[in-house]
Amino acid sequence: MDSSRRDFLITSGAAAAALGLTSVARPAAAAERWLAGVTPGDPTIRELAFYGIEAAKSAGAQYADVRVAENRSQRIFTREDRVQALNDSETFGIGVRVLANGAWGFAAGSELTKDSVARLAKQAVAQAGANKSAMIRPVVLAPVTPTKNGTWDTPIEIDPFSVAIEEKVQLLLDANAAALKVNGARFVQSAMFFLRERKTLATSDGTFVVQTIYRAQPTMNITAISADRTDFQTRQSNDIAPRGLGYEHVRDAKLVENATKWATEAVQKLSAKPVEVGKYDLVLHPTHLWLTIHESIAHPTELDRAMGFEANYAGTSFVSPPEKMLGQFRYGPEFMNIQGDRMQKGSLSAIGWDDEGVQPDTFLVIKNGIVNDYQTTREQALWLDWWYKKTGRETRSHGCSYSQSWSDVQFQRMPNISLLPGEKDLGWDDLIAATDNGIAIVGDGSFSIDQQRFNAQFGGQLFYEIKGGKIAGMLKDVAYQMRTPDFWNSMDMIGGPKSYFMGGAFNDGKGQPSQSNAVSHGCVPSRFRQINVINTGRKGNA
Amino acid sequence: MSPRSLFDGASPPLSRDDAQALTKRALSFSKAEQARVVISNSAQGNTRFAVNQVSTSGDATDTVITVQSVFGKRAASASTNKRDDASLKQTVEISERLAKLSPENQELMPELGPQKYLDVDGWAASSAALDPAGRVSAVRRVTDPSAQAGLVATGFIEADADVTAIATSAGLFAYGRLTGTSMTTTVRTADGQGSGWAGAAHSDWSKIDASALGQHAIDKAIRSREPVAIEPGRYTVVLEPTAVGNLIQLLGFAMNARNADEGRSFFTKPGGGNKIGLKVMDERVTLASDPADPDTKAYAFTPEGMAVKPTTWIKDGVVQTLSYDRYWAQKQGKEPTPFIRALRMSGGSGGVDELVASTDRGILVTRFWYIRPVDQRTILYTGLTRDGTFLIENGKVTKAVKNFRFNESPIFLLNNLEAMGEPVRVSASEDGGPGLAIVVPPIKAHDFNFTSLSDAI
Repeated sequence: MDSSRRDFLITSGAAAAALGLTSVARPAAAAERWLAGVTPGDPTIRELAFYGIEAAKSAGAQYADVRVAENRSQRIFTREDRVQALNDSETFGIGVRVLANGAWGFAAGSELTKDSVARLAKQAVAQAGANKSAMIRPVVLAPVTPTKNGTWDTPIEIDPFSVAIEEKVQLLLDANAAALKVNGARFVQSAMFFLRERKTLATSDGTFVVQTIYRAQPTMNITAISADRTDFQTRQSNDIAPRGLGYEHVRDAKLVENATKWATEAVQKLSAKPVEVGKYDLVLHPTHLWLTIHESIAHPTELDRAMGFEANYAGTSFVSPPEKMLGQFRYGPEFMNIQGDRMQKGSLSAIGWDDEGVQPDTFLVIKNGIVNDYQTTREQALWLDWWYKKTGRETRSHGCSYSQSWSDVQFQRMPNISLLPGEKDLGWDDLIAATDNGIAIVGDGSFSIDQQRFNAQFGGQLFYEIKGGKIAGMLKDVAYQMRTPDFWNSMDMIGGPKSYFMGGAFNDGKGQPSQSNAVSHGCVPSRFRQINVINTGRKGNA
Repeated sequence: MSPRSLFDGASPPLSRDDAQALTKRALSFSKAEQARVVISNSAQGNTRFAVNQVSTSGDATDTVITVQSVFGKRAASASTNKRDDASLKQTVEISERLAKLSPENQELMPELGPQKYLDVDGWAASSAALDPAGRVSAVRRVTDPSAQAGLVATGFIEADADVTAIATSAGLFAYGRLTGTSMTTTVRTADGQGSGWAGAAHSDWSKIDASALGQHAIDKAIRSREPVAIEPGRYTVVLEPTAVGNLIQLLGFAMNARNADEGRSFFTKPGGGNKIGLKVMDERVTLASDPADPDTKAYAFTPEGMAVKPTTWIKDGVVQTLSYDRYWAQKQGKEPTPFIRALRMSGGSGGVDELVASTDRGILVTRFWYIRPVDQRTILYTGLTRDGTFLIENGKVTKAVKNFRFNESPIFLLNNLEAMGEPVRVSASEDGGPGLAIVVPPIKAHDFNFTSLSDAI
């Protein structure tokens, strides 16, 4: 560690403190040990990571990867006129994954010394040895071109950790006040969440990459209560999606202006007409449709699910077996194209390399309505070798390996999975104008889908009756039930490029123990014909 | 010291003395008017299996130190997982800086002084000692018989060993240890036409019988093949204990006093107030929590350091209390009553077989899945049956049926109760981890609302 680096750290920390900023200062004593190594590209991390790889190889691993991660997160929770909680967290640790004689092993810890890394490497190899006694088919990895020295940072404009806490708190309290000015809006909760993850990966293939990933999300939830206390309705701000962006995303969200609108809508829901059950044409807004795509397209096209690996929790998939689906199964109409990528600016899945050093590519999961590909890791890509050879494609991972933290083993997680816009330049209003008897749904709400992704039920935030091409009023207690292939094949109109919007989730759960993945789904307003709608309102005083 | 395979090679679990020393060290850096330090020292081991072999596994240890600093009515917290003095000092300073910048919170309660806790040791040596080889051995007790029967087994074992310590500047010190384990398995037929599940969870791994779970799931997989479709609608149901646990635990999340008093809960009383003292379900139902219950061991304190006591939520169908945080309890003149990660429901005698034998026509449900809230006003949830759904005719299970989606509330379910069997500890978490510790009976109830069919197996 040279002295200039140390001086810089001390100075920047002191400066941050003087400005009242919340940046984590690195004390000198710690910098002399390991903590200084959190700076991307620092030789100390590199040395430690490759020391771990060598230790794993010496212990008998044929492949090893070492991930070092420092996560910094900040959470602010408010309700009405006060801050309920304000928390700044950091976590720092190392995970060693090995492949020894065809079996995986993984060990992780927060002690970042050479002794500790060597111990984790040996522990992971010993674990792989134990696992081998229950092995039938050894794991084989698809080839990868190593990246010897790579860096990638989420392109942000404003580092959320450089913004004064007073500004953040004031913005939330101002938005709360704006919501509560609306007559009938009784309660409001709001929050901000920020993450910065510095992740270093070294592999025994020679890859060494350092990435800095940012995520940001502001949220509000407004509750309106009827005068006689027999009804209450909420409006969540989920048209402001979580994003892989900096603080500029919070400023762009216009929370104060939107709070008035959201509160007004919450109050309107109290007097909305209960929906009559039946079949309706649904016009789904992208702030709603992203979640339907997530559940009914993105999850079933995960290759591990299709091959039975997630049967005990997330489930299997109706898009199975791959040999009967690829190039054959019609998911939806000819104009339906679903893309996987980890590239889109501001998307939650955007990254330079995945958690096994693969540079992700952009690929079509559904092409012209037909199943064309699955989401894969290095272990999984070879399972589709026959299909890639048949179609003249390279057998390679799509770069979908991900772990939520240094302490969890990486596995297949979805990239951004998006519905590509149609060719005609249609928008939300055009779809409504073209619909005679239907329901328009804005924002995501309740959601549930079975373990093979056939039967789903979705609610929403706002529901509008469409009569003769016009919005005729607000509805409530709406949910639609669907069978996935029937639903997507009933899609007959989609919006154009100008109507594209990217929704997403911070906390998509999969795996055991369950890990959270952050993912975005781009889409356009779309219309679905004759979908079954139920009324979810029931009398409560049983 | 207990065997510590989950802590293999890493620092052993923090003893009471070491934990107290660490909290003292962190508090010594505090310049705040009040402060609290929470230490979470954990080890976790897990092994997954799929398609009859181990797929992935992992072992990890970590120690997280959280510091809450308070100046007047201003508070904030910061966390780190580094234990050296410089990092602790820095974490204290961050929490102090944030606290000073935070607006006043009029609802902030002062840090607690010394408290009296129930003497609960939730640490089981068998759980802390469950190493990778032990987990693989349990896996093979499921995969070997599955493979021999031409079936496909998938599943998961998790073992956690956690130490939590809390200290405040007002002199409080709390220390507790808790282990947790779970094993779940889904066995499917090779053609994908049948699927059976079995699972168990307990703080003590030695209470979990891997072979029995395997046999149970194998039997279900075979019996659930080629299900037939029957019309959705309102049915009498016999719910296995796991399915009961899946739904009853939702009540715990809904029993918040403040939400009820504010008018946004099922427990809101029309016209004002809440439903404490009102009968809301069948008089045979009692729901209670006790952190010292051997089958639902939990920490005897909350993250604030408040003592967790045995609590009866529902007695003979009547609401006894709701959960009150310290602020709302003071405002309403009530005892603070924390939500507890342990729940026990009343029951009867006998098991699923007796309930089936008493049923002319109904649906037998193994478990529910993807349960999500639909309407907070009625605690209405939607979700699906999964991994073993059968038709009951004339007191016998006659055939496998296709899975259903339901839209139903645990409140309606417990009003439509017909009979209950003997309560047992179940694994009712969605992700198969140890989850909330819950003991529930199998039950029989009428008019359960199945709203559509699913093709999923």
